[in-house]
Amino acid sequence: MFEQFKTRATGVGAEVHRVGTCSDAVDFILGFMKKEGVSEVPGSYAVWADGPFLRGVARELLKQVPGLSTEVTRERAAQAKIGISEMSFAVADTGSLVQDQTAIDQRLASSLTGIHLAIVPSANIVSDKTALFSRISPKTSRYIAFITGPSRTADIERVLTIGVHGPERLIILFVDELGGAA
Amino acid sequence: MKKEFKASINRALNDANLTGALGKFSEAYRVNRAKAYEGIDFEALRGRIAEAKSSAACHLDEVAEVFKQNAEALGAKVYRTSDPEQVKEYILQVARDNGVKSVVKSKSMASEEIHLNKALLQAGISVAETDLGEWIIQLAGQTPSHMVMPAIHLTKEEVAEIFSKEVEERLDSDIPRLVKVARNELRPKFLAADMGISGANIAVAETGSIVLVTNEGNARLTTTLPRIHVALVGVEKLVEKFETVIPVLDALPRSATAQLLTSYVSIITGPSPNDDGSLKDLHIILMDNRRTEMARDPKFKQALQCIRCGSCLNVCPIFRLVGGHVFGKIYTGGIGTILTAWFDELQKSEEIQGLCIQCGNCTEVCPGKLDIPEMILEIRRRLVLEKGQPLAQKAIFSVVNNRKLFHGMLRAASVAGKPFTSGKFIRHLPLFLSDLTDGRSLPAIAEKPFRDLFPEIRQPKGGEKAVFYAGCLIDFAYPETGIALVKLLNKAGIEVIFPQEQTCCGAPALYNGAYEVAAHNAVDNIKALLEVEAKYVVSACPTCTVALAHDFAKTLQDQGRSEWLDKAKELAEKTVDLSTLVKRLVEEGRLSFAEGEDLGKITYHDSCHLKRTLKVSQEPRELLQKAGYELAEMYECDMCCGMGGSYSMKLPEISAPILKRKLHNIKETGAPLVAMDCPGCVMQIRGGFDQDGEAVRVRHTAELLAERLK
Repeated sequence: MFEQFKTRATGVGAEVHRVGTCSDAVDFILGFMKKEGVSEVPGSYAVWADGPFLRGVARELLKQVPGLSTEVTRERAAQAKIGISEMSFAVADTGSLVQDQTAIDQRLASSLTGIHLAIVPSANIVSDKTALFSRISPKTSRYIAFITGPSRTADIERVLTIGVHGPERLIILFVDELGGAA
Repeated sequence: MKKEFKASINRALNDANLTGALGKFSEAYRVNRAKAYEGIDFEALRGRIAEAKSSAACHLDEVAEVFKQNAEALGAKVYRTSDPEQVKEYILQVARDNGVKSVVKSKSMASEEIHLNKALLQAGISVAETDLGEWIIQLAGQTPSHMVMPAIHLTKEEVAEIFSKEVEERLDSDIPRLVKVARNELRPKFLAADMGISGANIAVAETGSIVLVTNEGNARLTTTLPRIHVALVGVEKLVEKFETVIPVLDALPRSATAQLLTSYVSIITGPSPNDDGSLKDLHIILMDNRRTEMARDPKFKQALQCIRCGSCLNVCPIFRLVGGHVFGKIYTGGIGTILTAWFDELQKSEEIQGLCIQCGNCTEVCPGKLDIPEMILEIRRRLVLEKGQPLAQKAIFSVVNNRKLFHGMLRAASVAGKPFTSGKFIRHLPLFLSDLTDGRSLPAIAEKPFRDLFPEIRQPKGGEKAVFYAGCLIDFAYPETGIALVKLLNKAGIEVIFPQEQTCCGAPALYNGAYEVAAHNAVDNIKALLEVEAKYVVSACPTCTVALAHDFAKTLQDQGRSEWLDKAKELAEKTVDLSTLVKRLVEEGRLSFAEGEDLGKITYHDSCHLKRTLKVSQEPRELLQKAGYELAEMYECDMCCGMGGSYSMKLPEISAPILKRKLHNIKETGAPLVAMDCPGCVMQIRGGFDQDGEAVRVRHTAELLAERLK
């Protein structure tokens, strides 16, 4: 299902990566922030929303990144180039990511920033919406968010243009070691 | 039709930007939609949607109440009203109570339906539409021209002009740059807004959830950043079960924009936290505005199955020529005509309902299984009931209802038409009738109608019998098609009976809302056609076949003439179109074609009623190939030719460009010959080629097959 997901997600403009361990994932993320020039300058911040993966990352490592904040406020997120969040599920047939985003930091980090970097447990790829809704339900989640590729519009002359109100890049990082815990 | 309406049509037709953008889009849409639906059983999918939405429409009141209870239990405030004025009052009250100064909106057709922005602005509240297309329209002071792509009628240069004024800076027409401008301009508005107003694509009763489907990400910001969220939801968006979300999400993006899924889908179930730790002040307004009344009307209940994808616009041969503005200020296209008739008033639809050519393209793609042409006919019927028929139309139909007088006049026309005829065509009509021959010649009325030629044909006797229903065009303009039909059936040992009392099938009256006239025609024909014992009633005109096989019973039922229903049913069961019958005879070994000759290329035009009502499309193709032709398919082979019965006479300015496109597609195949099964299409396309000057022969399938009998 990973291959199907990757085909569909890249088909709508997402960038898909996969690493084995959590430590590889941290390297990838730190490297990515460095490459994108994250710094303590408005417009170049990074925000990282709470999640089980983040909780396992050593704080000292994060403190070394200037401009990175794990307190996701609207002011911080609005001036962030990169927003990092953990998405619980990947839906193979449409290339979508899904998460309970009831906590507002999850939405701020994935909707206001220029780039959204999403961390997904590799084992949580489901085939389709039917399979998905056996794992997540509006009965227990107040804000279920589907994200499929970057923000897009075709409202001017039907020309597909990326990055209207939401992120213009969606980077998906699958982490095998995260297993299948939702 | 009123002058202003005709003028708006002509403005649209002459707007090259509009027709260019819509034309290109409709062509790309067809291909992309098919690709998006690959591997999906569309019939099963739309069956699920139609069933679930129809079920909700059956008990809208209960479903709305369940929604209210469930959403309120979670902390949302749900307000139900049927009155648009109360919707506005409620929102203004919430705004006043909370000191709201600015509002951001993500797309909501329901808010446009009640002119919400105007009310907010009058109350001194600033409103920003945040969907890019809607924002462009708002800045330009215009109304949307398409439900999904509101600004499709504007070019990038025009958008640059509009944005330049807003940001007071000279912008060029680079689209990504223009999109950035919108992002940068609207972002502070999102961050500062006190209230976010959204619509909803689905409202789920059992969970109290609303579902929002967007691509730009504006709905996520609208429902996240402001501390108050108002969702304005038409009650037709209600479904009972959460499981229905799946088929709607499967169909909506595929049908709307040919996407597998939009960039964002948000399922909001009760208030979520704001960033200051408080809980969102969530108001959900369930607006009726005549929807319940619509749900109780047996002819219009199906309209509540609509999921507002706009695919009916995207496949409409008329919409791609005239765009949305001709239809009015809010809802556009076929579905828009119906919604306008209900949410606004029946009279407002009087002119726009006439734009539908009844080709049925939309019925094939509608994910809610709506029969839009049928509902438009019903609007026509009710308008006629309310206002009576236009005088000229009444005069025509009073003649059509009197067979002897009608046929007498057609015979007279054969003589009267002489001064204008050139060979088999009328090329130019004088004065106000000249529009009818603009781009298309009309057939000259035959010197001798089929009904006079028939008694001279010598036929085999004593075998199987088939009654031939000719219809007016074959009888009086193309008797040769009738003769070909007799030849084909005779060859299979079938004797053809032609009851002289048969008359007009009533389709022209029906399609103009004159059901009484159509019912009268139905009775006359039932009497005539069932008088003789025969195995089949065969027709070589798909519109007539549909009248006999489908419409008679419906019309008679509608007119309360139920004593004729059994007979109508008997007739319907015997009725068959020519290609289907001939194919059956060939398969039974009773007919065969001469072999061994290569007749060269042919292309085939699918007639609307044959393809989409009678579901016949492969039969004539197979037969023509068996007869020795090499089939070269044309682009958009099943797109309407623009004839549409009296449509081409009422709206020749729309009919002509549709025909032009058809002629172009035929010529592109390189085939010197085009076949079709409908004499109406023959009249339109042959008349078009006569004026176009191209030497493409236009023939009825029956004639081509009869020439090749072994």
